[in-house]
Amino acid sequence: MGTLVEEIIGNRLGRSVSAGDTVVAPVDCAFAHDVTAPLAIEAFERMEMPLHDPQRVVLVFDHVMPAATVAAAELHQRIRRFAADHQVRNLFAEGICHIIMVERGYARPGGIVVGADSHSTTYGGLGCFSTGMGSTDVGVILATGRTWFRVPQTLRVEVTGELRAPLTAKDVALHVLGSIGGDGADYMAVEWGGETVARMTLDQRLTLANMAADMGGKTGLCEVDETTLEGTTPIDGVPIPQPRSPRYADTLHVDVTHLQPQIAMPPAADNVHDIADVAGTPIDEVYIGSCTNGRLEDMEVIARYLSGHTVHPNTRTVVVPASRRIYTEALRRGWIETIVEAGALVMNPGCGPCLGRQHGVVAAGERVVSTSNRNYPGRMGSPHAEIYLTSPAVAAATAVAGCITDPRSAR
Amino acid sequence: MGRAWVLGDGVSTDAVMPGRFNLTTDPKTLAHACLCEARPDFAAGVQPGDVIIAGRNFGCGSSREHAPVSIRETGVVAVVAASFARIFARNAVNIGLPVIRCPAAAAAIVDGDSVEVDLRTGTVISGGRRFDGEAPSQLAVRIADAGGLVELIHDSGWAALEESRA
Ligand code: SF4
Repeated sequence: MGTLVEEIIGNRLGRSVSAGDTVVAPVDCAFAHDVTAPLAIEAFERMEMPLHDPQRVVLVFDHVMPAATVAAAELHQRIRRFAADHQVRNLFAEGICHIIMVERGYARPGGIVVGADSHSTTYGGLGCFSTGMGSTDVGVILATGRTWFRVPQTLRVEVTGELRAPLTAKDVALHVLGSIGGDGADYMAVEWGGETVARMTLDQRLTLANMAADMGGKTGLCEVDETTLEGTTPIDGVPIPQPRSPRYADTLHVDVTHLQPQIAMPPAADNVHDIADVAGTPIDEVYIGSCTNGRLEDMEVIARYLSGHTVHPNTRTVVVPASRRIYTEALRRGWIETIVEAGALVMNPGCGPCLGRQHGVVAAGERVVSTSNRNYPGRMGSPHAEIYLTSPAVAAATAVAGCITDPRSAR
Repeated sequence: MGRAWVLGDGVSTDAVMPGRFNLTTDPKTLAHACLCEARPDFAAGVQPGDVIIAGRNFGCGSSREHAPVSIRETGVVAVVAASFARIFARNAVNIGLPVIRCPAAAAAIVDGDSVEVDLRTGTVISGGRRFDGEAPSQLAVRIADAGGLVELIHDSGWAALEESRA
């Protein structure tokens, strides 16, 4: 009996658990990336224990890949040395950690995954209890294969109504974030449900789960259904979790029938408005990518808006497919060609400009439209740049027009 | 007794440790960059024993542990805030940086005030005023007493936490 998160944790412990319980639980897979892994390795080394299970460890080079500075190269070197010393073979330099974890099947329905990155909530979209922690927690998991959790309360978000293109899960996530605030789901599981979520693709659900992190959520979960099972393989011997007579701490009802394209304005992702409030604002840079919106569906949307156009001369446009698989598939379908011909810069899979280290760092006074999830001052470079968060459709229409544009008025 | 460094609501880990400065694990280097853009006078002026006082959702955003490490390394004895983001609070406890949730202190104390904190009870004292903050959880106390999560699990294993309340 319980919410999705209570069911998942309970299934794995073989006993029922309730929100508020503190449990020590096994972790199916833990990962760290090029920025968080070095501190995790240091914590692991202080444990003075062998690695618990190299197969349950994933290391991803994505935040500064390829290295943009000597310091970054040295971090990478340290991680590679650690992997070699401890027979860790799950080493990837082909995309964003959260995409890799799903594509490669490390995150699966009913599983428990911990990542040394806040957006590890993402795999909740496929019914995996996944959460972000710091490097020390992950270092201890590397040594013991376990961690402690406080079983979270659940905020159920019940989404109804028809979501009409070009609106997507990103608009829904931004809308909910705007209504509950950046700490609106603090310490909670966000459980996304309702007919609208049931109709969403797996990619869209991953976007919802991803942004639960920006609401303060410990995890963001979607129910497992046929759509989930078409794109994933459940773990052997672990029941497919589903909420059973759940008791929610709170339920939020959202009807998206009349939802407008959403935009988060500076200085924080919960400063969300209808696009009409800022349409026409000139934009210096557009970044399309990230763990929120760098998926294949997103590449298709961009190609559609850029097809037959060129990006505005004042608006440098950076497109980053989130993984090698997405990149090659978008190439095969001709979308990358369309995007490059339109004058956008296509970068290698990874976090790209999302965190202000490479590929499009911004100057003071500049305005950016980004499809990522964070717009804190300084996130993408100068603390005096302004970052606006949108869906890929808004970003692509903006790239063509050179100013914030409602995609419904584009083509 | 230390000086209060007062910050506002929603101070993110990006503000504590911008992404362009955390390509290192060296605590000293991190301490120099702590709050470098959000509060440029902090790293040069902070003294051991000082306290950061902040508003809601302190430490929101990225899970980067470089943020609490940088604060601890400046000698700040505790962060007092109206509320904390989940990952930051967990990281801080794990690495030995005490955090105290105390909305009343966060609302009343102004920059430069002298402050004293009682880490056991969560009490914050400033200019003769007493603010009752939240006492740390049983689990947080265990971790702090051991000197950090690594030390606790290394010495005692998970059994040490199994019965504690978070
Ligand atoms: S794309 Fe951005 S938000 Fe996502 S993992 Fe990379 S840096 Fe973090």
